[in-house]
Amino acid sequence: MNPLTALRRARRHLVVIAGLLTLAYMILPNVVVMVFSFNKPTGRFNYSWNHFSLDAWKSPCGAAGLCGSLGLSLQIAVYATIGATVLGTMIAFALVRYRFHGRGPVNSLIFLPMAMPEVVMAASLLTLFLNLGAQLGFWTILIAHIMFCLSFVVVAVKARVMSMDPRLEEAARDLYAGPVQTFLRVTLPIAAPGIAAGALLSFALSFDDFIITNFNAGSTVTFPMFVWGSAQRGTPVQINVIGTAMFVIAVLIVVAGQLVSGRRARAGSAS
Amino acid sequence: MTETASTGPAGGDVRLAGISKKYGSFRAVEPLDLTVPQGTFFALLGASGCGKTTTLRMIAGLEDPTTGTVFLGDRDVTDLPPHKRPVNTVFQSYALFPHLDIFENVAFGLRRRGIKSVKKQVGEMLDLVQLGDHARRKPQQLSGGQQQRVAVARALINRPQVLLLDEPLGALDLKLRRQMQLELKRIQTEVGVTFIHVTHDQEEAMTMADTIAVMNAGRVEQLGSPGELYENPRTTFVANFLGTSNLIETEILGTDGAGLTVSGGGGCKLMLPRDRCSTGTAAGGKVLVGIRPEKITLTHADDAGAIPEGRNRVPGRIADTSFIGVSTQYVVHSPVCPDLAVYAQNIERDARLVPGADVVLHWNPEHTFGLGADQDRSAGEGEAA
Amino acid sequence: MTATAARPAAPPAAGEPKPRPAPRRKRLVPYWLLLPGILWLIIFFVVPLVYQASTSVQTGSLENSFRVTWHVQTYWDVLQQYYPQFLRSLLYAAVATLLCLVVGYPLAYLIAFRAGRHRNILLVLVIAPFFTSFLIRTLAWKTILADGGPVVHALNALHVLDLTDVLGWTSGDRLLATPLAVVTGLTYNFLPFMILPLYTSLERIDHRLHEAAGDLYATPWTTFRKVTFPMSLPGVVSGTLLTFIPSSGDYVNAQLLGSADTKMIGSVIQSQFLTVLDYPAAAALSFILMAVVLFVVSYYIRRAGTEELL
Repeated sequence: MNPLTALRRARRHLVVIAGLLTLAYMILPNVVVMVFSFNKPTGRFNYSWNHFSLDAWKSPCGAAGLCGSLGLSLQIAVYATIGATVLGTMIAFALVRYRFHGRGPVNSLIFLPMAMPEVVMAASLLTLFLNLGAQLGFWTILIAHIMFCLSFVVVAVKARVMSMDPRLEEAARDLYAGPVQTFLRVTLPIAAPGIAAGALLSFALSFDDFIITNFNAGSTVTFPMFVWGSAQRGTPVQINVIGTAMFVIAVLIVVAGQLVSGRRARAGSAS
Repeated sequence: MTETASTGPAGGDVRLAGISKKYGSFRAVEPLDLTVPQGTFFALLGASGCGKTTTLRMIAGLEDPTTGTVFLGDRDVTDLPPHKRPVNTVFQSYALFPHLDIFENVAFGLRRRGIKSVKKQVGEMLDLVQLGDHARRKPQQLSGGQQQRVAVARALINRPQVLLLDEPLGALDLKLRRQMQLELKRIQTEVGVTFIHVTHDQEEAMTMADTIAVMNAGRVEQLGSPGELYENPRTTFVANFLGTSNLIETEILGTDGAGLTVSGGGGCKLMLPRDRCSTGTAAGGKVLVGIRPEKITLTHADDAGAIPEGRNRVPGRIADTSFIGVSTQYVVHSPVCPDLAVYAQNIERDARLVPGADVVLHWNPEHTFGLGADQDRSAGEGEAA
Repeated sequence: MTATAARPAAPPAAGEPKPRPAPRRKRLVPYWLLLPGILWLIIFFVVPLVYQASTSVQTGSLENSFRVTWHVQTYWDVLQQYYPQFLRSLLYAAVATLLCLVVGYPLAYLIAFRAGRHRNILLVLVIAPFFTSFLIRTLAWKTILADGGPVVHALNALHVLDLTDVLGWTSGDRLLATPLAVVTGLTYNFLPFMILPLYTSLERIDHRLHEAAGDLYATPWTTFRKVTFPMSLPGVVSGTLLTFIPSSGDYVNAQLLGSADTKMIGSVIQSQFLTVLDYPAAAALSFILMAVVLFVVSYYIRRAGTEELL
């Protein structure tokens, strides 16, 4: 191949090359996290490679307080997801399906938390809790998480409900389904993907939140706060083990889901 | 299904009394009285926005009327929610539940009414619409025509007193639409349920319905059998919306028994039966005289002598012709009307009938109709799809 | 079947028929649906902002408690003291946003138009990093950019670090604890928030539009400039907002990858609140940050809204 053709070909695939480079940039830290989960660091910090070891994988809870914080984060994420999903779904339905006074202010109120740097929300919420003399901890974290996840649920569910044909619900009512039956048998199943998307997003946001939690946690330690603290005091290898395990499990679930839905679609069209 | 034809008790007419619908200051439906006799195929025909769908939705209970009452038989159902009315709807674009398969879509109404063993009924229903072997597919996996049949099956399985159809064939291509028209007519004859069918397609309405109500701007313009509406429209809207009409502005010269003589532009005298004129017949009054293009015969001016006596005659010159296959359409300039349309069957074509040729148009006066001259001559033109 | 189908009903009572009233319960449904969520947002989002506003004009000390004295001087004081951190935050956030756009667009484009049957795999790979806590991933950058590591070596060999040193983005042979490291971290952390909206709006573009543009004598580059990019503007707008807003208030990257010289305003607010316990100053800083971000966002939305019409 002469160099000119090679150059021309490279130019044609410029987008592909640039895109894959970006992807590498995004994946690189995960690879590092994974590789360093097999490290046996010399000091307290796990930043430079020493030699291969399975020690951390053998005792994932070996670092004091790590698994406790992980459990707490999961617990808060589950409750925050349930709370935000229920409240957000209700708002989304009201916004799409009903006419009412004050739609403008409601929309702004939904939008503003997303347009606000986290640190501002974190600081102002702390001011409230301090003024009320509230005990910082599990409940203040949960309250804060529901608050900032709510808007994202509204957006996700709203998009889905908006694209839903209102005639489907009319058809259900026409076919002898009362209001409750219509909601349970038609509206909810069809809105489910949007609600699921909102719930997943809530879970991820809550589980991974650091800034707002850091302000309002008091002495309670969630998983991100544990990682933050260890960045100051010394990073146990187990952090990398947990990070890698979550990454692998999540990717496996996604891939399995893809395979199942793909197979189901094929089976459906073949029957 | 035939033997179970559920026509309900006698007196199952649908009766609308003074029913109307306002959205804010917009009147979608003007106060309307209408009775649809039990077991008939009834069409509400009109352009989009004329209020026909709103009327249908008020019968279904999906829309609350602003005024008036809906009766099913002798029962006032105005305040009943849709799920308590013995009425089912075939929705525009079908509204099949995407998360349920065909079987569950059809079984939906039965299940909601607490019927446990639905298998036999659903199977029979799917056979009626020839979809027996598609029961476990999802709606998205069916073609448009199949989806349409599922929608009909899903509504009919409930043996409603009245089946409402909202533009049920709008999403289908022309060929399939013709096929489904006959299919729907067959099903209606078989089950004997009252069908109320909303459509903007005049051909569809005329093919299927026993009675058509032509709606315009929230009012019923005229009601009657397809033949009646076509042959003797009472308004310019109906004359133009159903097929094509030539409308000629004339002045009444006088009456003679059952006949009416009028004079058009250029001193052209025309006759029409008095009972086919829907406006005052006093001498000196204005009247729009109408004639359908296919009723007119075109004769070259050289042969004018051969035209029998007693026919309405109008001289003219051919401005344009277009060959359609089964027929030829002519546009003729004439003193009575600048552009008269004439459709001639292609049986024996006269080679002299080309643009520029002088011709005489003539037709049987019995086919002429008269309309009030105070109306917009072009109302309803180009509105039919 | 004839006109007898229409039986005139009894004439309605004189005048307009009485309209039927809409049921009252039905009209209240939306308010009941909104109530809990909106109350939550009012109590835990709006009220705190009010408290913060009041705190920012208080004086006093932790021992003698704070009181509202309308001491607006605090705003002026904190601005004078911390304006470098403010400007730095806005600058870093803007640069990171721009980098996200430049770096993220090709990938979004690749997934939307060139990926074929690999599309889903690529999407999973874009989202997958999310599943590892972002703090852990940010710490990984400490390893990647470490002094004497392969990245520093490579950049040194190419004399890139000399150039960035001159520009003041790095210092000496180091990448860590420099502005470049902080911006790299910010860009990395918020990149998915750019790529996903971009992908969503690109994916909606009908592929035939590209063919039509090519058919009408547009080169691929012109097609991109005149067709693809304008049509992806909604994605560009929401992507830039979703990256700029969080990065302007972020302090994790500055703290983990930077030094005292790269401190962003988020760090200042955090330490004033949690370490120094000077609540009025912290509240004032937070309020200024909010005002600046809201101003930038609303100005940007307005501009973008009009540009979209061009």
